[in-house]
Amino acid sequence: MSILVYANTAKNEVHKSAYEVVSYGSQLAQKTGDTLTALVIGEANNIASLEDFGADKIIHVKNDSLSSFQPTLLCKAIKQVASSEGSNTVIFSHDLTGKAIASMYAATEKAGIVTGAVAVPEVDNGFIVKKAVFSGKAYAHVKINTDKKVISVNPNSIDKVENKKSAETSEINVDLGVGKIKVIEQKIELTDVPLTEAEKVVSAGRGLKGPENWGIIEELAKELGAATACSRPVSDMDWRPHHEHVGQTGVAIRPNLYIAVGISGAIQHLAGVNQSKVIVAINTDAEAPFFKAADYGIVGDAFEVVPKLIEAAKAMNISGN
Amino acid sequence: MKILVCISKVPDTTSKIAFTDGNSKFDTNGVQFIINPYDEWYALVRALELKEANGGSVTVINVGLSENDPTIRKALAIGADDAVRVNANPADAMDVAQQIADYASSNGYEMILTGKETIDNNGSQLGGMIAAILDQEYVSNASKLDMNGSVATIERDIQGGKEILEVEAPFVLSAAKGMAEARIPNMRGIMAARTKPLNVVEPSGLSNATEVISFELPPAKGECKMVSADNPGELLELLSNEAKII
Repeated sequence: MSILVYANTAKNEVHKSAYEVVSYGSQLAQKTGDTLTALVIGEANNIASLEDFGADKIIHVKNDSLSSFQPTLLCKAIKQVASSEGSNTVIFSHDLTGKAIASMYAATEKAGIVTGAVAVPEVDNGFIVKKAVFSGKAYAHVKINTDKKVISVNPNSIDKVENKKSAETSEINVDLGVGKIKVIEQKIELTDVPLTEAEKVVSAGRGLKGPENWGIIEELAKELGAATACSRPVSDMDWRPHHEHVGQTGVAIRPNLYIAVGISGAIQHLAGVNQSKVIVAINTDAEAPFFKAADYGIVGDAFEVVPKLIEAAKAMNISGN
Repeated sequence: MKILVCISKVPDTTSKIAFTDGNSKFDTNGVQFIINPYDEWYALVRALELKEANGGSVTVINVGLSENDPTIRKALAIGADDAVRVNANPADAMDVAQQIADYASSNGYEMILTGKETIDNNGSQLGGMIAAILDQEYVSNASKLDMNGSVATIERDIQGGKEILEVEAPFVLSAAKGMAEARIPNMRGIMAARTKPLNVVEPSGLSNATEVISFELPPAKGECKMVSADNPGELLELLSNEAKII
């Protein structure tokens, strides 16, 4: 049997999340004795690279109907491929694409689904998937009882692991018909690193006192090769755009490094960032709750500390510029 | 226009997360329950705005036991016309989706709205499942929704930006931040909610596709290592040499 992984693309490249889900699928396949098939839909230059992370076979689907957002057709295409591959288990990334199609696909197949998985399933005593719940404040171990299974994997929670295979790539035609959703326009933010994909994030809150003071945050982010983010009050006051708001009701992120400047660390904010690998808090108030959630802390004035950090980052040439 | 809004009952965002019965159940002791914020602030309020502009009705639906009624009444206080509770204790989102789809298919809605996820399960599953069962289109993580006759113009979040699209009703949509501003129920709304219909319907069969075996809290964070404000450069040294992330 074959496990099928949906490998996402972006800007004509295989997306970082695709390597994570292929690594995840490969580790699961080793446990279950299955083979691993990676499915790529649309144009991407480096499809063959998926074999380096454990894909035994790569299926490439090109179909004009899928050139824009058509979740129904995408599910139909995946269903046709899963059926021809005999795949009972299908794995997605729990990114915006996965959120658009994984549960839809599961319902059409009456498959048990776990979204937001953070570990490769245990298969010795039933099929049990560990997933993040309560906005990262806990984990649940969820058993899938159906033969058909769907899993989506939280981005940046599984390391990509090299596992070189020699996979043949086959192009497959699918029969889909015409989609009912008409995409009018795409607006891509002109940031170097989208927040949800950033490995490092510098974030600031009301401690910055006003939108005119964000220069030091942007400069520190640039020196560290990081994206910028903010707390909810800051986005509510329109100091910063809404898409930068991280927290329980904004964007949830899990970068390798999260630096919070002048953010007290309310429980709702922490819920959006507590899965970051390393957290740094910088705050004038030594009693700020963020220090309880942080790995490293500096008690001090942002307007003194951040410029010194920028100088130190420049001296270390972290951004490599 | 008939709009159905799916609401879930979740612990308040400040709740202490703890478990009982050998870590198999969420500890509700001392926990306040609220309508899932994405369902309330964005899906419900936008539905009410569309109704106020174009006419029609807004029905809220919840799958749960009678303990959910106070939470459902709050949705009526905010302005929903009526409410439906499917009297079942669902095992997972698939159960919820099947019950809501069953109810919706016999009552005919132009639009079914959900929040983009619940803040307890973080599943992002319900909308896609309802759409699949009803064979309707599904637009996820939408931050704007406007109607022009039977055609919706929707802005949705995509990797690194937004996408604007059009889709004809009926459809299912999951709502994210940006769609509307939260409304606080006023006294008139609260009084009116007492007499608005809350219909209880019995469930069709529940499946058992998934079940939670146990919960686990993350390991306690170690001590926060403090760096002097006089020498912030030391922080970067630690991040480089100790944490090895820069």
